[in-house]
Order: sequence, then C-alpha cells, then structure tokens
Amino acid sequence: MALLTPALATVLALFIYPMLRSVAGAFAEGDRGDAYAHFGKAIELYSGDMVFTLLIVSGSTLAIGALALTIAGYLTLGNTPWAVAALRWLYRWPLFIPFVVAAQCMRTFLAKNGILNNTLDTVGLIDVANASGLLDWRGIVIAFVWKQAPFAALLVAGAMASLDRSMIDAARNLGASRFRILYDILLPQVRPTLVVALVLSFVTMMSVLSVPLMISGHSPTMLTVDMAFRINSYGDYGTANALGVISYLFTAVAAWAYLRHGIREGSAR
Amino acid sequence: MNALSGSRGLARLPRTLGVALAVGALAFAIFGPLSNLLLWSFAEQWYFPQKLPGQWGFKWWERVFRPTGDAMESLWTSVTIALVTVGTCLALAIPAGYALARRPMRWRALVMLAFLLPQAFPNLPVYINVAQVFYSLGLNGTMAGVVLVHTLHGLVLAVWITSAAFGAVDRDLELAARNLGASPLRVFMTVSLPLAAPGVLASAIFVFLESLDEFTGSFFVGAPDLTTLPLLLFNASAGGNYQIASITALILLVPSVLFMLVVERFLRADVLARVGT
Repeated sequence: MALLTPALATVLALFIYPMLRSVAGAFAEGDRGDAYAHFGKAIELYSGDMVFTLLIVSGSTLAIGALALTIAGYLTLGNTPWAVAALRWLYRWPLFIPFVVAAQCMRTFLAKNGILNNTLDTVGLIDVANASGLLDWRGIVIAFVWKQAPFAALLVAGAMASLDRSMIDAARNLGASRFRILYDILLPQVRPTLVVALVLSFVTMMSVLSVPLMISGHSPTMLTVDMAFRINSYGDYGTANALGVISYLFTAVAAWAYLRHGIREGSAR
Repeated sequence: MNALSGSRGLARLPRTLGVALAVGALAFAIFGPLSNLLLWSFAEQWYFPQKLPGQWGFKWWERVFRPTGDAMESLWTSVTIALVTVGTCLALAIPAGYALARRPMRWRALVMLAFLLPQAFPNLPVYINVAQVFYSLGLNGTMAGVVLVHTLHGLVLAVWITSAAFGAVDRDLELAARNLGASPLRVFMTVSLPLAAPGVLASAIFVFLESLDEFTGSFFVGAPDLTTLPLLLFNASAGGNYQIASITALILLVPSVLFMLVVERFLRADVLARVGT
C-alpha cells in the first residue's frame, strides 16, 4: 500500500477533489438564493447546445464503431493481400495525432475553398464557386471520426487477431459470407473490446475543446466551448460547473459500463 | 489452362478496380488533411479562388525557426514540461504498477476505481476547478502547475502499462534471487525492473507524447503566461495565421507519427488492448 500511496494521492488531489469541487460549485447558491439557480441558467442558455453536443458525440461514436469494425474485419477476413497490407499501413496514421492538429488540418481541408472542395471540383463532381464548406457540425464529426476511428480499429483488430481462427475457417468452409462471419462470429467475441474503445472515445470527445473551438465555435456549439466561454468571458464558475455536472451525467452510463468492466478485468488479473 | 486463368483474371478486373478505388479514397481521406498543412506552410500568397498557393517560399519557416521566434520558445517550454512530466509520472507509476501487479491488497477494487475514474469522466470541468485551486496557490501560469496537470493526464496510462509490464515478469526469477539472499529492493532493481524495462520505456514515451500534445489542461492552467506548442498553434490559427499554425502542427506531427510507426515494437497488440481497459 505504501508503494501505491503517492500515485493514489495524486489522483485524489488532482482529479477526485476538483471533480467533487465542480459538483459542489454547481449546487452552490446563486444570486436567486436556491441551489438549482446555476442549473436553471445553464438550461435556459444552453439547452440547445446540450442536444447538439449529445447528437454530435453519439453520432460520432456510432460512426467510429462502424468504421473500426469494417477496418478490423477487413484486416482479419480480407482476400486481397495487397489491399490488406495497404489498409494496415494506411489506417493508423491519425492514431497519435493530437486533436488540436487534427482540428487545424480539418479547418483548412474542409473550408469552402479547401483541398476537399478543390479536388472534387477538379474531378468534376462539384463546382467550387457554388459549393459550401463543411465547417459546422459536420466538420466536428469528421475531425472526431478521423482521429478516433484508428484508435478503436487498433484495439478491435488486436482483439480479432488473438481469436482462434479455426472457427472462422469452419464457417468459411460451410459457405458463410464474410459479412456474416464478421457479424455472427467475430463481433460477439470482440464486443467487450469494442465497447471499451467506444466508451473511451465518447468520454474523450465530450472533453475536447480544441476541435469545436477551431472548427465551429459559433452557436450552436459544444458544451466544452460554452464552459470555456463562461470562465474566460464572465468568470462565471457556477454556470460552468453546472454545465460540467450535466456533461458528467451524459457520460454516466458509459462511465458505469467502463468502470464495471475495468474492475472485473483487474480483479481477474 | 492459360486461357482459363486469363478469363478469370478478366472477370476479377472490376472487383480489383473497386478495391483499388476504395484504397485510393481512404488514402485521400487520411493524407488529404495532412497534405494541407504542408501546402499552407509553404504558401506565401494563397487567395480565393486559387486552387494552389500563388506564391511559394520558406518565409514562414524561416520566421518560425529564427532562434528568437515564438515557436522556438514554445518548443523548449513544451519539451521541458514533457521531460519533467515523464520523470514525475514514472516516479509515481513504477511503484504503483509494481504493487498492482505483485502485492495482494485489500480494497483492490476501490484502488482500481480511483485509477479508472479519470478516464471515465470528461476532464474539462475538472481542469476548470484545478485552475481555480491553482490560482489561489499561485500555481497558475507556472511550469509546475502545468506539469502537475500533465502528470495526472499521463499517470493513469503509465500505471496500467507498467503494471502489465511487471505482470509479465516471471515470478520464479524473483523468488530465485530472493532464495540466493538478495534483499527485496535488490531483487526489484536487478531482476524485475530490467525485465520490465521495455514496458517502462513505452510508458515513458507515451507520457512524453501525451504531455507534448495536451491542450485543454494547459489552456486553463498555463495560458496566457505559458505558451506550449499546442497553445501556440491555437493562437496562430485563431489569429488567422494559417502558416504559423500549420508549421507548428507539422512540428507536433513528427513525434506522433514516429511513435505510430514503432508502437508495435514496444507494445504487442495484446498489451495494447489491455491498456485503458
């Protein structure tokens, strides 16, 4: 226990205490004298952004899951060796690229006159003079998926690689299509890994400030931008903390699943 | 025989083309946004509706890498913070990881809960409160303050990676050394630690990278007194200077891509799959 104390004390002082402090700050009495004043103000001003945030993060999580399964599935079941090799080399590039860099990439890539529109114009698919950029909710989703899908794919592909291949070969010999093998045989076995990857992605995206700030900081925007705005413009910690507690609530279900899984794994170790 | 395989190859052609097209589209989706940074970093003039910069040059690179430039100062700030963070994190994570892997303990679930919590909830509202506390302690805008925030950020992963590394060390070797009369500390220093070194090194690199890339915590605790590279990138981009922003982004890209290329040499997929689970 003595070996653990310094690390535990660090987590306690720098995470658990400030987290409890944010909850206490959210319920502190406002000028109206009731404990829910900050929540009232947060909901009044930012209920639209709450829905916006939840939709963006849930939608991105679903897209990340679908892409990760597709990538990992093709790496495991693909019939074209050169395409499998190319995919394995390609998909990991965004893995450790920081969000702030991804945001800068997308800010110029997805702009009205960015490379994406210019390329589509050159190919002849759109006319760039009449096209619009994607720097709104779509840009945020694209940046999130671009950055997080490789991470989820890496974890899921790792889990698939450690599975027993005899079952896959048996199903193949019986004539099952690759889609069925992916859905009926691989997915149930890698589900815990996929869930962990998606929960971590969900929580991460709920906390990223740079991407919404740099891609679409105007209204409607994400709760992280609103919290930073309350602090930097008004020094309004009450409303910011209320928004923080609401974002804890959004992740509560995901957090519960993750903690239960983590503690069970750790105890079995 | 030849004719047969020839016609089969021909029948496969549309499929092969389809696969090639999909791989090409993926390559564009990944390298398109990245190539953008390169174009912007060399663009001296780029006006709508030009598809490529009208004038190219090294003007901005020269400005960024001037020894007195903001970027060099930010680079040193970031690297110093990252190195101190690695030291602090390892000093905390090596004993903790060893204890989690080896020692039987009561309250194990509660200990694990504490180490898992920072990954399970969004940390931006936490950073806001850390910044408020640090402000009253005079730690806001100081290196020490930012190092503390980055240490927490890296600690969770560092504990898991080192714990997995110590867990993989053969226990009989430690017992044999004990039987030959070595003290527990000596066993740890001469047997367990060297054998777990690759995992410890991996977690050091990981923490370094996390610290170098960290934005949100530095934004609340460090700015505006301390400008790390991600904050410099953000400020340049917010100010509309896409050249400086792109060059800073490219500097941050180098360690990320290097780590991506070698990550599997340090961490096997099965260890990687256990990280953060």
